[in-house]
Amino acid sequence: MSTEQGRVDFPTMPDATGSQERTVAPILEAVHLRKYFPVRGVKLFGAKSVVHAVEDTSLALYPGRALALVGESGSGKTTIARLLARLYEPTSGSIIFRGKQVQRSLAIKTYRRHVQLVFQDPFSSLNPVHNVRYHLSRPLRIHGHAHNKAQETEQILSLLRRVSLSPAEQFITKFPHQLSGGQRQRVAIARSLAPRPEVLLADEPVSMLDVSIRLDVLNLLLRLKDEEHLALLFITHDIASARYFAEDTLVMYAGQSVEGGLSDEVIQRPKHPYTQLLISAAPDPDRLGPDGQKAAPLPARGEIPSLINPPSGCRFHPRCPHAMEICRQRFPGRTDLGGGHWTNCFLYGEGNTTETKNVVNAETAGTE
Amino acid sequence: MMDSERVESASRASGKVLLEIRNLSVDYYAASGTVHALDNVSITLERGQILGLAGESGSGKSTLAYAITRLLRPPAEILGGEVLYYPRKEPEGDVRIERLSHIAKKKRGSGRLELNGHIPEPVDILSFTPAELRAFRWSELSIVFQSAMNALNPVLNIGAQINDVLRTHQPKMGGDSRKRRIGELLRLVGIAPDRVRSYPHELSGGMRQRAIIAIALALSPELIIMDEPTTALDVVVQREILTEIMGLRERLNFSVIFITHDLSLLLEIADKIAIMYAGRIVETATSGEMHRQPRHPYSYGLLNSFPTIYGPRHRMTGIPGSPPDLRAVPPGCPFHTRCPCAFDTCSRVIPVLRPSAPETPGQVVACHLYDPRYNNGEELPTNAKFAAKYEAHYEALQGARRAE
Repeated sequence: MSTEQGRVDFPTMPDATGSQERTVAPILEAVHLRKYFPVRGVKLFGAKSVVHAVEDTSLALYPGRALALVGESGSGKTTIARLLARLYEPTSGSIIFRGKQVQRSLAIKTYRRHVQLVFQDPFSSLNPVHNVRYHLSRPLRIHGHAHNKAQETEQILSLLRRVSLSPAEQFITKFPHQLSGGQRQRVAIARSLAPRPEVLLADEPVSMLDVSIRLDVLNLLLRLKDEEHLALLFITHDIASARYFAEDTLVMYAGQSVEGGLSDEVIQRPKHPYTQLLISAAPDPDRLGPDGQKAAPLPARGEIPSLINPPSGCRFHPRCPHAMEICRQRFPGRTDLGGGHWTNCFLYGEGNTTETKNVVNAETAGTE
Repeated sequence: MMDSERVESASRASGKVLLEIRNLSVDYYAASGTVHALDNVSITLERGQILGLAGESGSGKSTLAYAITRLLRPPAEILGGEVLYYPRKEPEGDVRIERLSHIAKKKRGSGRLELNGHIPEPVDILSFTPAELRAFRWSELSIVFQSAMNALNPVLNIGAQINDVLRTHQPKMGGDSRKRRIGELLRLVGIAPDRVRSYPHELSGGMRQRAIIAIALALSPELIIMDEPTTALDVVVQREILTEIMGLRERLNFSVIFITHDLSLLLEIADKIAIMYAGRIVETATSGEMHRQPRHPYSYGLLNSFPTIYGPRHRMTGIPGSPPDLRAVPPGCPFHTRCPCAFDTCSRVIPVLRPSAPETPGQVVACHLYDPRYNNGEELPTNAKFAAKYEAHYEALQGARRAE
């Protein structure tokens, strides 16, 4: 609803004015991350083929801020979360935690104490034969936060209260099948909070939940981010919830990052044709004019290409209405559009320049 | 009440009404108690209309769809009500007329169906015999299931699956004309006809969905029920499929009952929206009315559970709590336990659908806030008031959490 009266500003609302120069150093950074998955058994003697899941992606997570990773299925968002959680080893590129490059030799356990992952599906991420106490006591014991039963119980109860599961004393003995989807996801979040991490990687944490529960869980994550200064990576396919939830947004297409910057900037003034397509495809009742006339959305055609033999150059070019010859030849560099907003698109320059083509701006203005 | 009744009887007289559900109730029998999945649901669908059904999981949306199509199996039981279908009057020699007059002949004893008159007499789907049901399904009504990705048979190519439908439901059709029709259908939904021999695994999610829609359209039904047809798809593909459905409806003029939990999507595509809660319809309105001013506090909450792309960002509180256990629905208004506007009457008296405001006679709502007997002549709630109420409710809950 665009016409809201009497609304109080959310105290934890993402800071729309976020300044470009941040004095705080990023806690977790990915630099030129790349991940290829080998494909086996396609051809016995043929050339080895690989899935080009993630190409040259860089991002940074700051304490108390959320970064939304937006894209369709197959865009590589989950692969990035898993790379950052070190479930996969990157093919190339590096992960920098607190200014230090994460070495392969760094014990996973030490790393996981700081960086935790929340999975998409709370119906499969909790073990059905164990109760809530077991799920939460494991990380507490493994990471040495609880040394005896009394400490353990006390910490489990406080974890359950932090995720608004009350009365906590009742929930501690419950099994996953006795919990609703929203409650399960809260237990999963409590479990990832147990090692006291600084970074939470949330992989579509609400997409499996019912409508009215989604906001509850989103607001819970917002509160954790705000009150406990967690750095959050929020993976979603819903660009509207990215705007609601995160200060920064990064849009991915077929493994390539195509646009990024402050969420409001990216979503209200999208520059890359793919971001524009994504936004025009999202359901939005406010698009209805006062007379009930529906604005024509961009023609949406085609799907994400195969990543085994991805299109050359910019992978969006087969679907792009503005595709040029150069788009087929190589992937554009990052063009800075000012205010922290950047895009990888030849429409706005070769990359590493600050110029934008005014002609194109005027042309795309109509679709915004 | 008078106004909306007049409107309804007028549209019935003009032959615009296609489907009329009256006081439909469905229970599921479970070991732990009876689940009241649908409670006295009444709604009317006009020809060519898209009716959207929205609500949380467990609100009875899918049960309603299955009840209309008579697909419910035990432990579900239809307790009562009528689903009246108004057949279209068409020129002589039409296949559909032949089929329906077959039903009519059987029914004439009870004087139910008369095709000679100007206005077709309705038939009650719930009283169909299995043979009548077979004749009725697919040619008059078809359904697109929720898990459309899995609704196709993986070991048959899509041509064979459409062929199956044609062979079963139109045995008189020859092989050549079936083949022609298959090509026609695929072209209609935007699949190249040379994909007719493709197996489901060779098609992408969007293509599979298109194939499903082609199967639903095979006998050009009057009504298609779509149960969350785009939920499993990506936004861009979802948009594509929706555009396709809207285009097809324009050309073929069928009606759609579109079930989804995504109200913002319904506002864009539906003509009329019914909001369901705990097995009841709590509000019915055109999508314009619903977008401007939802009347039921639940509709407002549902509408404001989705972040928007444009407009100012503000705190969203959602609807507190979770849907009630349908084995023990709260007394009075089932929503009163979660409602920020609830007052004492709400927990005692079950509200009935009534026109909400004089300026919107078609927008009916089951809420005591609009009943002059209970609302003490108070002003009708506005969006701002709903927002403030939800806000205060949320704050109170947060306060209770902190105090704990």
